[in-house]
Amino acid sequence: MAALTRNKKNRTNSQTPPLNKRTKSSPMKKAAKSQKPPLKKQRRCIPEEKPVIATDEEEEEEIEQSLQGDEGSESGSDFFSDGDGEDVNDDGDADDLLDGSDDEEGTLDSDSDESDIEIKSRAIDKKRKKEEQDAKDEFTMNIKEQPDEFQLPTKKELEAEALGAPDLPNLQIRIREIVRVLSNFKDLRPDGAKRTDYVDQLKADLCSYYGYNEFLIGTLIEMFSVVELMELIEAFEKKRPTSIRTNTLKTRRRDLADVLLNRGVNLDPLSKWSKVGLIVYDSQVPIGATPEYLAGFYMLQSASSFLPVMALAPQEKERVVDMAAAPGGKTTYVAALMKNTGIIYANEMKVPRLKSLCANLHRMGVTNTIVCNYDGRELSKVLGQNSVDRVLLDAPCSGTGVISKDESVKTSKSADDINKFAHLQKQLILSAIDLVDANSKTGGYIVYSTCSIMIPENEAVIDYALKKRDVKVVPCGLDFGQPGFSSFREQRFHPSVEKTRRFYPHVHNMDGFFVAKLKKMSNAMQPTETDKPAETMRQAQVSSSDDDEEAEAIEELKKPSVANGQPKRESNTKEYKKRQKFPRSKETHKGKRNTSIKSESGSGTVEEPRKQKKKRSQWKNEIAQAREEKRNAMRENAKERPKHRK
Amino acid sequence: MRPLDETETTVVFEKLFKFVGNNLKKIVENPSDEGPESTPGSYCFRLQKNRVYYVSDALVKRATNISRKNLVSLGTCIGKYTHAGSFHLTIMSLNILAANAKHKVWLKPTSEMSFLYGNHVLKGGLGRITDSIVPGDGVVVFSMSDVPLGFGIAAKSTQDCRKLDPNGIVVLHQADIGEYLRDEDEL
Repeated sequence: MAALTRNKKNRTNSQTPPLNKRTKSSPMKKAAKSQKPPLKKQRRCIPEEKPVIATDEEEEEEIEQSLQGDEGSESGSDFFSDGDGEDVNDDGDADDLLDGSDDEEGTLDSDSDESDIEIKSRAIDKKRKKEEQDAKDEFTMNIKEQPDEFQLPTKKELEAEALGAPDLPNLQIRIREIVRVLSNFKDLRPDGAKRTDYVDQLKADLCSYYGYNEFLIGTLIEMFSVVELMELIEAFEKKRPTSIRTNTLKTRRRDLADVLLNRGVNLDPLSKWSKVGLIVYDSQVPIGATPEYLAGFYMLQSASSFLPVMALAPQEKERVVDMAAAPGGKTTYVAALMKNTGIIYANEMKVPRLKSLCANLHRMGVTNTIVCNYDGRELSKVLGQNSVDRVLLDAPCSGTGVISKDESVKTSKSADDINKFAHLQKQLILSAIDLVDANSKTGGYIVYSTCSIMIPENEAVIDYALKKRDVKVVPCGLDFGQPGFSSFREQRFHPSVEKTRRFYPHVHNMDGFFVAKLKKMSNAMQPTETDKPAETMRQAQVSSSDDDEEAEAIEELKKPSVANGQPKRESNTKEYKKRQKFPRSKETHKGKRNTSIKSESGSGTVEEPRKQKKKRSQWKNEIAQAREEKRNAMRENAKERPKHRK
Repeated sequence: MRPLDETETTVVFEKLFKFVGNNLKKIVENPSDEGPESTPGSYCFRLQKNRVYYVSDALVKRATNISRKNLVSLGTCIGKYTHAGSFHLTIMSLNILAANAKHKVWLKPTSEMSFLYGNHVLKGGLGRITDSIVPGDGVVVFSMSDVPLGFGIAAKSTQDCRKLDPNGIVVLHQADIGEYLRDEDEL
C-alpha cells in the first residue's frame, strides 16, 4: 500500500513544476500559498490578457486618474486584483468605462490631446517598470531564502515525524536538499555542520522514502557519489524495457521483426553491440504468447543476460558447461552460437526450475544438450576434472542489480545473506575452474557473472579465484561497461580485476550486472607466481592457506568483516595459527600431511589425484621455509604498504 | 538411461511411421554434428524414466557418467510411455516430425489460435491439405507461413474433406505448441 502511494506521489512529483517554485520551506509556506494563486494566474493569464491589457490599461488609467490615487508600490499586485474585481463587477464598471471612453472621444480633437496621450504613455511606462521590479523582487526573495532556510531537522522534529506516517513530499524535498548540499559540501555547508550528520539523515530519509533497509542503503552510499546514488535509486524504481533475443537456429532478426510488426508489436533493434536483440516498447498481443514465441523463434530475455554469453563466445564443436542454467535463456543462446554442434551440459540444482529449462530447450530447437540435476560444486567430480572447454557460471546471488524486477530485495537482504552468497559463489567458481581443461585447443575459459552490484559477490570472488587457482583475468570483449573496482575502501584486489565489467541501470539502461572472464593457464592446483606485484605475491603465498581456513571459518564466524577479506587484519590475526601449523607440517610424515591438506582444503578440492598430492606437499614444504624468511621481511614492509598500495 | 528393447522400439517406430512414413530411415540415419570429432556420428533412441529421447551417440557417450537420478534430459525428448505400455508422442518431437512429415495440413491465420488452444481442426480453418490422406494417418499442422504448430490424427481422407460442411472435424488434435504455456508441468 505504501509502495503504491509512493509511486503515485513519485509520478505527481515529476509532473509538478520545477524546483524553484515548489521548494519554499515551512515558515514561508503560508505566505507562499497566498501568493500562489495570483502567481499562477499571472503566468497563465498573460497571453490571454495581453490584448486585453492594452484596453484595460487605458480604462484603469481613467479610473485612477479620476480617483487620484497614486498607489505606487501596490499597483503591480493590485492591478490584477483589481482586474479580478473588475471581472466580477463587470456590469457595474462597464458603464463607467464606457463613459470614460466617451469622454476620451469627446476630447480627442482638442489641443490638450498630446498632453493627455503623453501622460497616458508615461503612466503606462511607470506601471510596466513597477511590474518588472516586483517580479524581480519576488524572484530574489525566493532564491535568497533557499540556502538560508535549509537545515537538518532537530531531534524533536525527527521524533514528531517518527510518530506519524512519513510525509513523503517533505521527505523528498529534504532528500533533494541534502543531496544538493553534499554534492558541493565545501561551499554549501552551513557553519558547524558535519558531513556524517548529513549522510546519516540522507540514509534515514532514503530508507523511508524508497523502502530500502539500512544495510543496503549503507553499502550503496559507500559505493557511489551522492548524485550518482540518486540516479541509481531512481533507475531502480522504474522497470527496464522488455527485450527479446532472436533464435538464430530458426530465423533471422529481420524476418522476426517483420512478422512481429505485422502482429502489432512496437520494436527496435536492441543496440549496436547485439545482432540478435530486439527491444519491445509495447505490443497489442502478449509478447510471451505469440505463435512465434511458441514456435521458438525468440526468447524473452533481459539485455544484461546477453552479456555473459557474448563474453563466453563458444565455438562450434566445443564442450560447454552451464552451471546454473535455468530457465535456459543463456543456455539456448550458447546453443544458437554453437549452431547445435558440440555438447552442452546444462546443470540446475533446483528441481522445480528444471521443467522450465527443458521446455525452453525443446521449444527453441536445441538438440545438443544434456540436462542434469546436480549441485554445482559436485560437477567436477561427476564430469571429471579438466574435461570441458568452456564454463559459464551465472552464479546465484543477492539480486541487488535487479531491484527493478523484484522490490523485495530492497528489504530482505542483510550482510549475512551477502556473505552466504559470497561463500557459495567462491566454492562454485573453484568447481568451475576445475572443470575446464587448460590445454584445450580452442578454449580454457570461464565466464563468471552475477546480477548483483555488491563487491563481496563480484570482485572479491574473482580475487579469491586468482589466489587459489592458476587463472588469469582476460578482457571480456564488452567495451561498454564500467571496469570493476580493483580497490574499495580498505580492500585491495589484484589489479587485473579492472578487466571485469560492471553494468548499471542508470548508465546503460540494463539491469545491474557483473561479468568476468577468466582463462585457465594450467591444470595445476596452485596459482603461479608470474606478473603479480611483489607485495600481493607475498600475500598470496602467505594467505593461500589462510583462505582455506577462511572458507571453513566463514560458516562459523558471523562478522561481515572477515568475509570481506580485509588482508591486513587477516594476516595479523592468523599469523598465530600459521606459526602453530608449520612446526607440525615439518615434523609429520607425508601421510599425515596428506590428511592435513585434505582437512585444510575442505571446500575447494576433493579427491585430488595422488600425483598432485605429492607435488602439493613438496610445494607446501618449500613455501613453509620461504615463509619464515619472508614473514620478517613482511613486518618491515607492513610499514611501507600504505604507500605502495596506490 | 538405456537403449530401447525390441518391443519398445517397434512401438515407437510404428507411431513415427504414421507421421513420417518412409522418411523414418532418414530420421534414424541422420548424420549428427555434435561431439568433438569431425566425422559425423549417428542418432539413436534412449529410454530414461519412461521417456524416449532422440540423441546422437556422441552425446550418449558423454552422458553415461551422469547418474540415473540426476539425468533429466538428453537431446530431444520425443515421447513417453504410459503405465499401460503404449507410447505417446509429445509436442517436443515436433521439430523432427515437421522436417520429415508426409502428410501436412496448413491452417488459415484466423484458426491458428483456435488450434493453439487445443481445439481440433475444422474444415472452415483449412487452408491447404496434402493429397492421399487416409483416416488414421498422422498429420502435422502448419500455419500458412510454414511454421509448425502441432500434430494430430486425420479424421477424414482428403477427398471426404472436400465434401464436409465447414464445421466438420478434419484433424483430431494431439499436440500443439500452445502446450508449452498451458501444460508446462506435463512435459
